[in-house]
Amino acid sequence: MNTDSVPQDNSSTYADNKKAIYAADTDGKVKVVGSSGWSAEETVTKQAIEELRNQAKDAYNDVKNGEKSSLYYHMYDIRMDLQVLSESTGFFKWTIIRDFKPLIFEQISQKRLLVYADALGKTPSELKSLPDISRE
Amino acid sequence: MNKFEHSHAAHCESGVMSSMLRHHGLNLSEPMVFGLSEGLTFAYLPFLKLGGMPLIAYRSMPKSIIKTLTKNLKLTMKLETFSNQEKGEDRLDELLDEGKIAGLQSSVYWLPYFPEEMRFHFNAHNLIVYGKDEDGYLISDPVFENSVKCDKKSLSKARFVKGVMAPKGLLYYPEFIPKEVDLKPVIVKSIKKTAKTMLNTPVPIAGLKGIKYLAKSILKLDSKDKRYAKLFLGHIVRMQEEIGTGGAGFRYIYAAFLQEASEIFNHDEVLIEASRLMLDVGDKWREFALMIAKAIKSKEEINLKEISDKLISIGDEEAKVYKKILEFHGNI
Repeated sequence: MNTDSVPQDNSSTYADNKKAIYAADTDGKVKVVGSSGWSAEETVTKQAIEELRNQAKDAYNDVKNGEKSSLYYHMYDIRMDLQVLSESTGFFKWTIIRDFKPLIFEQISQKRLLVYADALGKTPSELKSLPDISRE
Repeated sequence: MNKFEHSHAAHCESGVMSSMLRHHGLNLSEPMVFGLSEGLTFAYLPFLKLGGMPLIAYRSMPKSIIKTLTKNLKLTMKLETFSNQEKGEDRLDELLDEGKIAGLQSSVYWLPYFPEEMRFHFNAHNLIVYGKDEDGYLISDPVFENSVKCDKKSLSKARFVKGVMAPKGLLYYPEFIPKEVDLKPVIVKSIKKTAKTMLNTPVPIAGLKGIKYLAKSILKLDSKDKRYAKLFLGHIVRMQEEIGTGGAGFRYIYAAFLQEASEIFNHDEVLIEASRLMLDVGDKWREFALMIAKAIKSKEEINLKEISDKLISIGDEEAKVYKKILEFHGNI
């Protein structure tokens, strides 16, 4: 790739940042060029983000319908899944799945709740409730 | 305050090492660091899932750039991890008070200066802290064009996140850096190692065999649902472009390294040719990415055969680069 063919697509996923891309200048010297984005990369980043947002939205509805505890939504809301949450808390997956049940999560010990809160970067009370996302 | 100079790099780990060495008087570019640490590779590990997607890597394992460079250049690096968060925070402050800079391993997700759409749970990011003021830490994050700032609470969260590749507060700094290094023998050793590994890895998941294996897996997406097929293809491109590879999954940065190496060897023709071939291979990887992006956006059936064939041809083209490299003997 030549320095003048480095894409400058102003991708929204870059949020006005630039990425360093290596390309050859007119003398053939390979050097760093700041790129404001590339549409191909933007497509796949947005695809991944969209998937995560859909998971969070589905989870939100499951919590609203009383099928799952609020923990289930908060996990997806910060782009985690069961595996990542299990690794971040040190809890076995099956015990986390149990905490996805509303009645069980309601009676969760303070100690266990604090571990979740730390891993998810939320306060215990935030974790126990469902935010209003109707505006989003 | 430290007189530290930030520079914009493609990749976090090679960028940090390049800046850190330069700060201590050893001037090595990012491509040189990447090449000498044998950073280039390819691996496809379908059984190792991250966020439901298999691990696809265009570079060596996290931390291997630091470790291999240390070994190959005979540096002495001090790496410290902490079981206690407070001790890890205090140690960083102590180093800064002594006028030192420190490399840190961190999560990406918990760093507030990352754009919202780039925040994923990846715990092996690297950055340099070079100072502190009343608002927080002054950070040179190589993948950002300019230096950034981060408050103490967020930085600590990013350093002490638990899980896969947990940083455990890792900080690192050099204890000994030679003023001058004879790069020639290191270049010969590292490029041969990379070329041989790519050509001859006995396991089917790594090197050029890994590329072929991935191409086969793409064909098998036929039996999966369309949404999954698109996510899988998108995931390949994300690993190739999104995570800071300098474009084309580190192939362009490696071309830059080969070019720099040729200059050290008195404009060696073989290395110049290898660099040029690698640039072409990079262009092919970009075409492959573009092909996938179009397929994702299109409503029509995905032409998996076309995408898979493209990948196989890239593997063949890359083989030529490594064979070219093996013609180089360096005469040292």
